[in-house]
Amino acid sequence: MEAYFDNSATTRVFDSVKEIVIKTMTEDYGNAASKHKKGVEAERYIREARSIIAKSLKVQEKEIVFTSGGSESNNMALIGGAMANRRRGRHIISTNVEHSSVYNTLEFLRDQGFEITYLPVDGQGHISLSQLRESLRQETILVSVMYVNNEVGSVEPVEEIAKIIKGYQPEILFHVDGIQAYGKYEIRPKRQGIDLLSVSGHKLHGPKGVGFLYIHEKAKVKPLIYGGGQQKGMRSGTENVPGVAGLGAAVQEIYKNHRDKTDYLYGLKDYFIERIREVEGCVVNSQPGRDSAPQIVSVSFEGIRSEVLLHALEDKGIYVSSGSACSSNHPGISGTLKGIGVKPELLDATLRFSFGLFNKKEEIDYAIQVLKELLPMLRRFRRG
Amino acid sequence: MLYQSFLIKYAEIGTKGKNRYLFEDALMKQIRHALKEVDGGFAVTKEFGRIYVEARGEYDYEDAIEALQRVFGIAWICPMFQIEDKDFENLKKEAVDYIDRVYPDKNLTFKVDARRADKKYPVTSEQMNRELGEAVLTAFPQMKVDVHRPQVMLHVEVRNMVNIYSQMIPGPGGMPVGTNGKAMLLLSGGIDSPVAGYMVAKRGVKIEAVYFHAPPYTSERARQKVVDLAALVSRYSGPIKLHVVNFTDIQLYIYEQCPHEELTIIMRRYMMRIAEMIGKESECLALVTGESIGQVASQTVQSLAATNEVCTMPVFRPVIGFDKQEIVDISEKIGTYETSIEPYEDCCTIFVAKHPVTKPNVKVIRRSEEKLAEKIDDMVKTAVETREIVMCS
Repeated sequence: MEAYFDNSATTRVFDSVKEIVIKTMTEDYGNAASKHKKGVEAERYIREARSIIAKSLKVQEKEIVFTSGGSESNNMALIGGAMANRRRGRHIISTNVEHSSVYNTLEFLRDQGFEITYLPVDGQGHISLSQLRESLRQETILVSVMYVNNEVGSVEPVEEIAKIIKGYQPEILFHVDGIQAYGKYEIRPKRQGIDLLSVSGHKLHGPKGVGFLYIHEKAKVKPLIYGGGQQKGMRSGTENVPGVAGLGAAVQEIYKNHRDKTDYLYGLKDYFIERIREVEGCVVNSQPGRDSAPQIVSVSFEGIRSEVLLHALEDKGIYVSSGSACSSNHPGISGTLKGIGVKPELLDATLRFSFGLFNKKEEIDYAIQVLKELLPMLRRFRRG
Repeated sequence: MLYQSFLIKYAEIGTKGKNRYLFEDALMKQIRHALKEVDGGFAVTKEFGRIYVEARGEYDYEDAIEALQRVFGIAWICPMFQIEDKDFENLKKEAVDYIDRVYPDKNLTFKVDARRADKKYPVTSEQMNRELGEAVLTAFPQMKVDVHRPQVMLHVEVRNMVNIYSQMIPGPGGMPVGTNGKAMLLLSGGIDSPVAGYMVAKRGVKIEAVYFHAPPYTSERARQKVVDLAALVSRYSGPIKLHVVNFTDIQLYIYEQCPHEELTIIMRRYMMRIAEMIGKESECLALVTGESIGQVASQTVQSLAATNEVCTMPVFRPVIGFDKQEIVDISEKIGTYETSIEPYEDCCTIFVAKHPVTKPNVKVIRRSEEKLAEKIDDMVKTAVETREIVMCS
């Protein structure tokens, strides 16, 4: 049996996505900027996707800028936002559990003369609202907080954060890294006070290499990429028609009967947490139930190095990740696990199981059975 | 295209007496193999003491030189004009034409070095030197003769045809692969063992390699890294047959039965034994490792002696006297460094003790190994039999 539990790294695309990607690569392959019919046809796919996405967020179509994915969206929000607002100040607030595409971008901005405050998180993975309040200053121009933490699935109180920021100074931009959240939650930027929202296509059964940044119409953001002036000059470069069309199709499908879909994921998560308790020597680092994300469960396995267990599971057709796939090659960064108080000896013994709509309960049963068989053997052999 | 042919000079193999043709044929084979990667067709031929590479039509000059610079046995690569019409008046014209095309700026000193292997040729070498020099001076008055330190040494060789050349591009030296038997390289994912393989191949030895894989403790990426390294070394050594041995069970068994601080030494002794068994099957005559004295606990002289004693084949350790930086320099030169430093764990480090023995006593080690008697022979046999073979080129 194969059990792919690494859906927060990437997902298999929906069939509807596959079909529209093939169609836009082989039949309607025009350049959306071309003046002829082939171009107009291609542009229609972009418009359609933009409309689907705008509806899913209840925002205006012109507020959506397509990008090459989550990292670019985060870069654009942070660098573009900082550059456009630097006359007002040079102070930015974020948290110390952000994804590397936020963290490293902020470190770049620090080199450019910006000052960055990183807020710590508590045992639930939440930042402290009073600490946020105290960190705000006249020079603060941007606050960036992730919606769903990619390592443990904790959910930040986005609306309350927005209220504090906007209550202090409405001009401060509020960026939300929504890469693990969009498709799982019904996000309403206007109501929740989000100015900038980053999204990636391949986390929600869409294609890789495509994503978008929602930019509130009043928010000032400078483009990162200059050229032919596509997307009203906000993001030059020939539009990725297959990617964007595929993203649109994924969003359409994921927000159809959306409640059922999240219920299904919550069902998998809670079932997994219930079953993993049968396995000896495991610590679940994620919250069960509706207070945390439906798709992510972080588990520490006493006395086993995560990478060894990962490869042992891989051998049985079970795919998971150690920490976050994006940061697994530079282990220094997992502030999240440290931040939520995972014991030091378990930091290198932690795996992330992340579920998707293609997963089945039987796959969880299979994984639990395999874990029960593997762990005693692996625990017999420990490092020096 | 300025040059259509190359004169290949070889150094050591010129001295090998009656076996010379074997060396030449091996060198030609390796040259043909290396040039397969290059766009264009090439003919490789030999004449006494000389190998010629001739391009058939269009080809990529830079790629061709680069490929030839990876063929062991080549001392010099000389791009040349090869002239069929040996008439001396014609030769003068050709010499002038060569200078004209190869050196756009004529503000140069030069000397002619003419030789005739064909002793029936009517003009003596002395005469040729003089008259060809005159012809060049007449055509390009701004050039000057300098017999001691000329900027251009114009070689003119009269053989079946006439070779005119002045540029000599250094080759890698060494001897053609395949002229010195075959050896089994213990290839890890590190910096040293690919360099060791390169150095032995440089002396004409054909290489096979063995890699010890320990899933789930080492990952698929670690294995891929070793395949990639073997492919990089094969650019010099020719295709490498890589034996991937699953070492997990043996490693865990040693871990359970033997003192922990002896784990690495005992493990390495089994690696040597297995490498030798596979080596014998593939007609290898020696083992090759990337060990360097004192680099790590398992490479002290005592440790080397302890691992060495399990083998009957000679064990070559070409980097034994090198400092780490010297090995790094070679790995950068041959292009394996970038791959070697990819951060995947290999099986030597996964269970390493905090304080491994650095001066193992061979008697103690042997006694520890007796504790493995029950299962180890079967496990070794299984490991050898179930090995996976990957051709790397």
